[in-house]
Amino acid sequence: MNFLSIENLYKSYGENLVLERLNLTVEQGEFVSMVGASGCGKSTFLNMLLGKEKQTKGKIVFEGKELTQEPDAERGIVFQKYSVFPHLTVLQNVMIADEFSHSPILGWTFGKSKKEIKQKAMSFIDAVGLSPAIKKYPHELSGGMQQRLAIAQALMKAPKILLLDEPFGALDPGIRADMHELILDIWQKNKLTIFMVTHDIQEGFKLGSRLWVFDKIRQDPQAPNAYGAQVTFDLSLTTENSKAAAKELLKEAS
Amino acid sequence: MKRLMNLTPSKPLSIFLSLMPFVLILFVYWNASNVRLAENPNDKLLPSFSQISSAVDRLAFNEDKRTGKYIFWVDTQASLYRIGLGILISAASGLIIGLLTGLVPIARSNLSPVVTIISLIPPMAILPILFISFGLGELAKVMLIIIGTAPVIIRDMQSRVLQLPSEQLIKAQTLGASTWLVALRVVLPQILPSLISSMRLSLGAAWLFLIAAEAIAAQEGLGYRIFLVRRYMSMDVIFPYVIWITTLAFLMDFSLKRLSQLCFPWYHDIESGK
Repeated sequence: MNFLSIENLYKSYGENLVLERLNLTVEQGEFVSMVGASGCGKSTFLNMLLGKEKQTKGKIVFEGKELTQEPDAERGIVFQKYSVFPHLTVLQNVMIADEFSHSPILGWTFGKSKKEIKQKAMSFIDAVGLSPAIKKYPHELSGGMQQRLAIAQALMKAPKILLLDEPFGALDPGIRADMHELILDIWQKNKLTIFMVTHDIQEGFKLGSRLWVFDKIRQDPQAPNAYGAQVTFDLSLTTENSKAAAKELLKEAS
Repeated sequence: MKRLMNLTPSKPLSIFLSLMPFVLILFVYWNASNVRLAENPNDKLLPSFSQISSAVDRLAFNEDKRTGKYIFWVDTQASLYRIGLGILISAASGLIIGLLTGLVPIARSNLSPVVTIISLIPPMAILPILFISFGLGELAKVMLIIIGTAPVIIRDMQSRVLQLPSEQLIKAQTLGASTWLVALRVVLPQILPSLISSMRLSLGAAWLFLIAAEAIAAQEGLGYRIFLVRRYMSMDVIFPYVIWITTLAFLMDFSLKRLSQLCFPWYHDIESGK
């Protein structure tokens, strides 16, 4: 049984076909980078994995069952921005994840369970390097620190799948490199399966263990929306050799 | 020379500039009052400051001969009770219904149109209905304030919830939150500061409805007193009452603002950073 399999998936908005005939399988522990031109449907695909959008046709099967059609704790997400709660401090932002499950009525925890959650939250805050800032509110943090916080938040639920929607797109190049180290480290330590949408193909190469290029195979100049995008290249990046081969292949194609 | 739009006044100048209009108004009044009273000492239109202060003294610091009460404070208490209760109920219903319609699409389809329609009914037009159905007691006056302010607050709250980035709501769901917990821990704290600012904006309308209701049917209240003494052209009572109402309105506005700054520092930081 595959960890995640996508079977003949279509997505259209009215007449506008965005994605077509997607047939892909993913094993646990892969890091899939998804690249492609703007509007090619890679974000739409991520939203379907998230459960925010429903496919028009086809199936996404996750651990033998069809994927739930709404966001849940099995799939963590880090957006480009607005991922953290502006009214909570760093510590509260991370603690809230477990407070939700420990206190389904009040939403707040007290005493011993609060202490335990705090301890767990601190370990993840530590892992993303935000320990000195636990009492700060998100607006007092830089863009990179906010993304670190969003990652720590997502890790609290130990999601089986972590979805990253252009998580580093708004960051400065130097900070972006630090974040790359961080996410690779977290990916390996937590044995996550990651899907990342990115504009930056270099980033895709650097981070992913697998690269998907979204593009339209069929074009009808009279009806540009008649055909949707597919995954035109599905490249393994697990070894240096395969990385070089993948780069070579993409160079030829373009 | 800088452009006019780039000139900012120094602190003392700014204080002077802000006080000047008040001094000017008082001076113009004092002058006009003097002129009229010199012509006719029994003139009631522009009473002198001493006449006004004696009226205040009579109403606020001496027992009324007939009832044995301090009329000014009885009026103040009655009006504050009505407006306070009205605004609090409006705010509570605005918060609950607005949050519900903002967050839950089913509730939005169900309630949003009816709230919009109700908010368009001119409250003064249904004042007779209120008096007929709720009697002439406190309830009708409080109801008028609620009907006049609640729909606006509800709509404001709903739009505030809808303005929250969808990323946040999705994030909360991926952290395992139920609808209830999203409402309680993500949405509610973020719209409370907006509720306070919505209340502040509604205060003006609330005072309007309060005074209108009191003018028509009441036994006491600031609006009632103003309309009662109008029959005797008692400007010496009307002026201090108007100033007192303005002061109360200012104090309510100011304390709500302070409360918001105290309870939601993150909100005001973000707002001022914009």
